[in-house]
Amino acid sequence: MANYEVHEHDVLVIGAGGAGLRAAIEASAQGVNVGLVCKSLLGKAHTVMAEGGVAAALANVDEQDDWKVHFVDTMNGGKGMNNWRMAQLHAQEAPERVRELERWGAVFDRTKEGKILQRAFGGHKYKRLCHVGDRTGLEMIRTLQDQGIHRGFNVYMECAVTKLLKDGDRISGAFGYYREDGRYVLFKAKAIVLATGGVGKAFTVTSNSWEYTADGQALAYDAGADLIDMEFVQFHPTGMVWPPGVRGILVTEGVRGEGGILTNSEKKRFMRDYLPESTKSEFSVDDEESKRWVEAAIAGQKTDAKRPPELSTRDNVARAIYTEVKEGRGSPHGGVFLDISYQDAARVRKKLPSMYHQFKDLADVDITAGPMEVGPTMHYIMGGIRVEADTQQTRVPGLFAAGECSGGMHGANRLGGNSLSDLIVFGRLAGLGAAEYVKGLGNNALAINNDHIEAAIKEMDEPFEIGKQADAKNPYDIQKELNQIMSTYVGIFRNEEDLTTGIAKLKNLKEQVKKAGVKGSKVFNPGWHMCRDLTNMMIASEAIAHSALSRKESRGAHSRLDFTELDPELAKFNTSISKDGDAMKLEKTAKPVMPEELKELFAKKETK
Amino acid sequence: MPEAILKVFRGEKDSGTFETYKVPIEEGMVVLDAIHYIQQNNDPSLAVRWNCKAAKCGSCSAEVNGRPALLCKSRMDKFEPGQEITVQPIKTFPHLKDLVTDVSWNYEVNKKITPFTPAPDANWTFYQEDIERVQEFRKCIECFLCQDVCHVLRDHNRKDAFYGPRFMVRMASLEMHPLDTANRLKSIKEDAGIGMCNITKCCTEVCPEDIHITDNAIIPMKERVVDEFYDPIGKFLKSIFAGK
Amino acid sequence: MNETTAATHPHTGMTTRNDSWWLAPGLVAVGFGIFVIYATFRAFENNFYEIGPIISPFYSPKLPTPSWFPFSAAFLILWMPAGFRATCYYYRKAYYRAYFMSPPACGVKVWGSQGYCGERSFPFVLQNLHRYFFYLAVLVLGILWYDVFIAMFSEGLNISVVSLIMLANCILLSGYTFGCHANRHIVGGGMNKFSDAPGKFKLWEFVTHLNEHHMGWAWCSLFSVGFTDFYIRQVAAGVFSNPTLIPFH
Repeated sequence: MANYEVHEHDVLVIGAGGAGLRAAIEASAQGVNVGLVCKSLLGKAHTVMAEGGVAAALANVDEQDDWKVHFVDTMNGGKGMNNWRMAQLHAQEAPERVRELERWGAVFDRTKEGKILQRAFGGHKYKRLCHVGDRTGLEMIRTLQDQGIHRGFNVYMECAVTKLLKDGDRISGAFGYYREDGRYVLFKAKAIVLATGGVGKAFTVTSNSWEYTADGQALAYDAGADLIDMEFVQFHPTGMVWPPGVRGILVTEGVRGEGGILTNSEKKRFMRDYLPESTKSEFSVDDEESKRWVEAAIAGQKTDAKRPPELSTRDNVARAIYTEVKEGRGSPHGGVFLDISYQDAARVRKKLPSMYHQFKDLADVDITAGPMEVGPTMHYIMGGIRVEADTQQTRVPGLFAAGECSGGMHGANRLGGNSLSDLIVFGRLAGLGAAEYVKGLGNNALAINNDHIEAAIKEMDEPFEIGKQADAKNPYDIQKELNQIMSTYVGIFRNEEDLTTGIAKLKNLKEQVKKAGVKGSKVFNPGWHMCRDLTNMMIASEAIAHSALSRKESRGAHSRLDFTELDPELAKFNTSISKDGDAMKLEKTAKPVMPEELKELFAKKETK
Repeated sequence: MPEAILKVFRGEKDSGTFETYKVPIEEGMVVLDAIHYIQQNNDPSLAVRWNCKAAKCGSCSAEVNGRPALLCKSRMDKFEPGQEITVQPIKTFPHLKDLVTDVSWNYEVNKKITPFTPAPDANWTFYQEDIERVQEFRKCIECFLCQDVCHVLRDHNRKDAFYGPRFMVRMASLEMHPLDTANRLKSIKEDAGIGMCNITKCCTEVCPEDIHITDNAIIPMKERVVDEFYDPIGKFLKSIFAGK
Repeated sequence: MNETTAATHPHTGMTTRNDSWWLAPGLVAVGFGIFVIYATFRAFENNFYEIGPIISPFYSPKLPTPSWFPFSAAFLILWMPAGFRATCYYYRKAYYRAYFMSPPACGVKVWGSQGYCGERSFPFVLQNLHRYFFYLAVLVLGILWYDVFIAMFSEGLNISVVSLIMLANCILLSGYTFGCHANRHIVGGGMNKFSDAPGKFKLWEFVTHLNEHHMGWAWCSLFSVGFTDFYIRQVAAGVFSNPTLIPFH
């Protein structure tokens, strides 16, 4: 029998980004014993890449703001596909969670009155994003990290979980390995919180890091949970397009929030042409009004001017840029121009310091002197593991999920800034939910089935066996092929033919994944790690493609060229993906119905 | 296509070889791209830590031509064409494999620092000028390049006596926070060993976030330590004025 | 595609750096060396430091020396600015690197690794007295400003080349002295909430601006003080002339 380390915790949190850390802190605060597993070093999770800010209706800058407006904005941004209860909890609790971060030592930029400064962002009616220049995610993760290390929970760094273990229906543990030296580890746990982030590494051009390999989605799927609305994949409108090595790296929406202008190769400011009729009234009528809005924002003054068209929702802006490029009006490297250089250089460096350095160091572009070239990049998945809004529990008892790997909160399209608030609001609820679940279990002992451990070990040892064979495949080659399939057939614009082709190709690729092999030792062997990650990415990719094929309409981030209209009937159902034996099962399940008092918020808005 | 020649350290636990690889150069390429090229085309088992590839997470710390640097920020076009580029793991921490080292010591040190301690009845109104210094320190991405280059840790191996520049910065960020009420000066002097620093400024030179570690964090902390422990006249005068 | 060399440790030898890392500490060593030799020579020379009311910064203020005192009056003065510079945070970096090779440059192995204790024990623990030397340096600087005033106004308005050199020297010395890290701490750096004392904050910001270029001020003022003395010596020795610019003669 192979050797493995054993640890025991009441709650095991998998993933140490914003949601995972917040969950671990909360569960600890509830008095249960907590372990936190992270695939990287602590504090390196992808949350550090979040730039623009955290959305919370504090009303420090625009005093008309409150949670109801935030709720309505979120539901509108999500094209009604959001789980209403999650959107409500999120809008209500975000302000308190942000204040809590401040009490834990986060240092947000200030207003002249000495309060937390807030900036404008796409889809948010009011200036709502609390920020620290353009490195808000770093501030958040460092605050949670420094808070967490004094809470007494164990942190397992550079450790990846490959299998969730159950006793009957209930979660009873997890199995994994340390990346550092390949030794195996068994966690006995009464509850598990998944907070593993997204699926970006399945795409060629993405803002996501290597860690984003759909681990949580795949683990939950295997354990019997269902994944909802996986067709909704957000392409951030502004990623770097040049040089090739940095293609896809995020350019914060904060650039547009601070007044950045999008133009095409004909120097035309094109965004106004792409505003949907339904939202046109929220935006400025001409460049002069946009200019007044920006000037007021810089001076910190109130204005009756409406916001510039560049601040439309991400799905719109991404489609607009894609269309401009496709119709031949793109920039030299296949993007469009984003310009903030008309503003005072010192202010740009102060408000967008990391963008300034990112372009200066990596692309030799001085953003205070000239425009950036930007294009869409795969950024976020709105869909994910289905959870109960108030507890974040999945349909598997003892299994919880929070953050990007969970689904429902953002509907068909996520607003910028809503992900950081999502992490702290639902991270906390998941930690709370898991702790309460554990307390409810009492002293019931949960068993771990040895056969399951043996199977998990066998699965992890296999790539080395395969690596000895002549027809072994290089895992990196397979990933490249997966990226191509997803980007070509399951990209920004979709149609039945492409999706069907994509699904067929994914099916073939699955056979290749079985032949992925590696050589060398288990000591920090990235090729070996990739073999395991591929399995996860395949599950998520198939889920995305099948879900996309099943949704015969265009809604939010899901754009079908063969079904260009929105079908109101389809808002009543979630697309649900679950495991049925060895097959993937797709169902349309009824979406929770919003109570009347919340519906009224939307009616009121229209009479205004 | 032009080619770069990379000499990469390969091996486990301090023993190994420098292997030479030829990598085709693309425009705008960084050393991390070259390492990834080797991983994909020559040897998938080449170990390197990385995450964001945009100098925001501080994972890909290594030494390029002997200089501590983030691999994702080291542009290939900065080197002379045809010049060999040596890539080594960082020196100060125990070697694991290839370019990866065990930096867990840093996480242990961090736990020893008294956390942010606001007063229970604190008034949370404070202004931009109150936090500019702290915000500079909080830009730190924990790449630990400053820890690597600091000769106290690197050459003298005095991890027993000195927390290193990273944690001087962290302690400064807490000490200068307008609402923090804890006093860490004794700990800065005795546990963190600020006196071990001889302000030779290499930490500042290698910081990828351009934090003025020495001038803005360590020296002001040294001055505060002087207030408390080395300036009896000043302390006496202050006690008289405070006593009034 | 790859060639292998013999098994080795990832870090061997002094450094893997292949740039001219030795250049900066080398230049510093030579620059300081020249100044120290010149200043020592001048302190012993005990001559050519006065032109009428004008006095060299090395010898000002002109203190009476007791008869048993074997050295020139310069020794009664020079220890103060010398102590200020020797304990200065910039100079410490420069000479620890250039003379003590601790370390000579970043990523280059230190020289002699035994028993390093930084600035925790004697003699280097005395570096903590920097602020006292700052107070003394301010005193000496005040005298030098007085000397400029005397040089220019003692016999009516009399702007000569030497007096202008002395003025430039005082400006550079002031930029260096008041940009000192200890001063930055004293004027406000010790505070945590600047908004409570806006005046102190403005002062701290000003000192911070000076401090950002402390190295530049250090070198320029070191050169200027040496040059001022040198020029006065040459005029006093009759080698250079000291033309008067205002009033015209």
